[in-house]
Amino acid sequence: MTVPDDTDRISASAAAPAKPIMRVTDLTLGYGSRLIQQNLNFEIYKNDIFYIVGGSGCGKTTLLKSMIGLIPPAQGEIIYHPDAAEGVNFYGASPSIQLELRKSWGVTYQSGALFSSMTLAENVALPLQLYKDLPERQIAEIVAYKLSLVGLGGFEAFYPAEVSGGMLKRAGLARALALDPQLLFFDEPSAGLDPLSSLRLDQLIVQICQALDSTVIIVSHELPSILSIGSNCVFLDAKTKTMLATGHPQELAKNSENEQVVQFLNRAEQIKQSRYHD
Amino acid sequence: MTEARFNIDLQNDQCIIRFSGDWQLGKAPDGESLCTALPADCKQVTLVLEDLGLWDSSLPAVLLTLARWCEQKGLILDSLSAPQSLQNLLRLATEIPSATPSRPAATKKLLQRFYDLAEMLGREISATLIFIGDAFIALRAWLTGKAKTRRSDIRFFIAQAGPQALPIVTLICVSVGMILAYLGSVQLRQLGAQVYVANLVAIGMVREMAPLMTAIIIAGRTGAAYAAQLGTMRANEEIDALKTMGISAMEFLVLPRLIALIFIMPLICIYANVIGLAGGAIVASGMDVSFKQYILQTQGAVNGGDIFSGMFKSLVFAILIAIAGCQAGLNCGRSSIAVGIATTSAVVRAIVYLVLADAMFNVLYDKLGI
Repeated sequence: MTVPDDTDRISASAAAPAKPIMRVTDLTLGYGSRLIQQNLNFEIYKNDIFYIVGGSGCGKTTLLKSMIGLIPPAQGEIIYHPDAAEGVNFYGASPSIQLELRKSWGVTYQSGALFSSMTLAENVALPLQLYKDLPERQIAEIVAYKLSLVGLGGFEAFYPAEVSGGMLKRAGLARALALDPQLLFFDEPSAGLDPLSSLRLDQLIVQICQALDSTVIIVSHELPSILSIGSNCVFLDAKTKTMLATGHPQELAKNSENEQVVQFLNRAEQIKQSRYHD
Repeated sequence: MTEARFNIDLQNDQCIIRFSGDWQLGKAPDGESLCTALPADCKQVTLVLEDLGLWDSSLPAVLLTLARWCEQKGLILDSLSAPQSLQNLLRLATEIPSATPSRPAATKKLLQRFYDLAEMLGREISATLIFIGDAFIALRAWLTGKAKTRRSDIRFFIAQAGPQALPIVTLICVSVGMILAYLGSVQLRQLGAQVYVANLVAIGMVREMAPLMTAIIIAGRTGAAYAAQLGTMRANEEIDALKTMGISAMEFLVLPRLIALIFIMPLICIYANVIGLAGGAIVASGMDVSFKQYILQTQGAVNGGDIFSGMFKSLVFAILIAIAGCQAGLNCGRSSIAVGIATTSAVVRAIVYLVLADAMFNVLYDKLGI
């Protein structure tokens, strides 16, 4: 079985963006009086693999949580499907519309966030049982497929406490994929994974994006992943509390006007060079 | 949307499965029905997906079931005509072979179950005794100033277990005092001896009900909180962090809680005595027993030995509650459900310990004539 090389991955991700699936306008985020980020303006296009990048503590996860409806913004709007007739400002929408939007998302959390009283199979089956009218046999097949997709075939009957941290993350991804989401959100998906599992996750993200016509939004520090599969990104800064740049990661790494962005995205190359000097 | 269908043609030994229509969740057949429809004499399965419309996870799920079925039967599966993205997903799903992890057998013989239960009980008793021993060693270290215990933690746990528990202790103990008074009055009124209600309430509260009721309240409130706190710390690897820093969990986590309860429980018991007597006085006043008479009767009925016996019980109960809560928390698993189990276990254990200890105290006091 052949593994797609990096060229395949880049060409897959660099496909021409179609139409915006999300528009963030003048967004300000904070906890009470504590400002986290302000004046965020960017768009995410259909089939994008969009990275939220920045130093530790700059508010990447807060932005992601705001996008998935967990942290209301202090100011500004997050509009889903902005150019379509059904375009909605999430926080201004009615609960029923919010629920419909949520059903079209899959979210994976840093720790996996699996329900500990349920087996891995039950965790993945839950959204299918809640939102799809499927016979149990078909649910079991889909669960087996989703778990196999993340390399957890055979672990259906295990409880979250019985598997490792990396397996928890992958099971969390299988649950997020259960309903074939249009939008997939990942919070630090590679953290805690070995390089091969991380590479496999990148491949999986690209394949899902292609096969399910999905859009992926990822919070990550993982430069190899950002530069190889990322088709778009926003770079957040903790000091100025706003975004420094947005665009294709490889383009930003070469041509960004902001020195901090260039340094951050070329860090892997700098490490390689410093090792040669040693 | 067109209907999701498959047609099977048998050509020599080769089965050609033609997929057509839109394969969407809830509208597509499942993989098992496809596998059972395949003829038994088929040697190779070829997929033809030219007429395939829209598809989602229902199709790769069916194909994965088919692939596993073919593997099991030793058949060749040719999926080369499938769209590239579908092939990629199938490749990812089959790249890592399905694991067959071993799990303990679910069914055991009855005798084996009894043996396991007895063994587990033995281990539990032994672990509890070791835990109690470790707690007393840590307590001795603290008394000699050698334990790594923060004073601020002790103050915090005293405040949590003491003043913050007073409202519920007040409510319960005033009610218990009133219940005792009513219970006694029904019998004593028949003899015209209502005034002895004070004796009944005083002896009942001071020797038995105040220490036991406060202990049950503290077990449910504070003991459960200890188990939940320590269980969550264990789930979050905070206890592992303590160990790797060379800090004893017994001294740093258990001791402040134990000391706080040892200090606060006898004081709560005294408070509960007063409140219980007040509850009895409220009922007695409705039975033509004046407040002054009630006080005089109470003074005559209770001596120092009664008060001491109640407070000593309370002290031992404090140790038992802290041990039950902290041991359940420290032995907790690493999931939210395990924290729930630890909390329940802490309360159940504490109540069992309390009732057994109380029974032993009553026998002991009787033998000693206290």
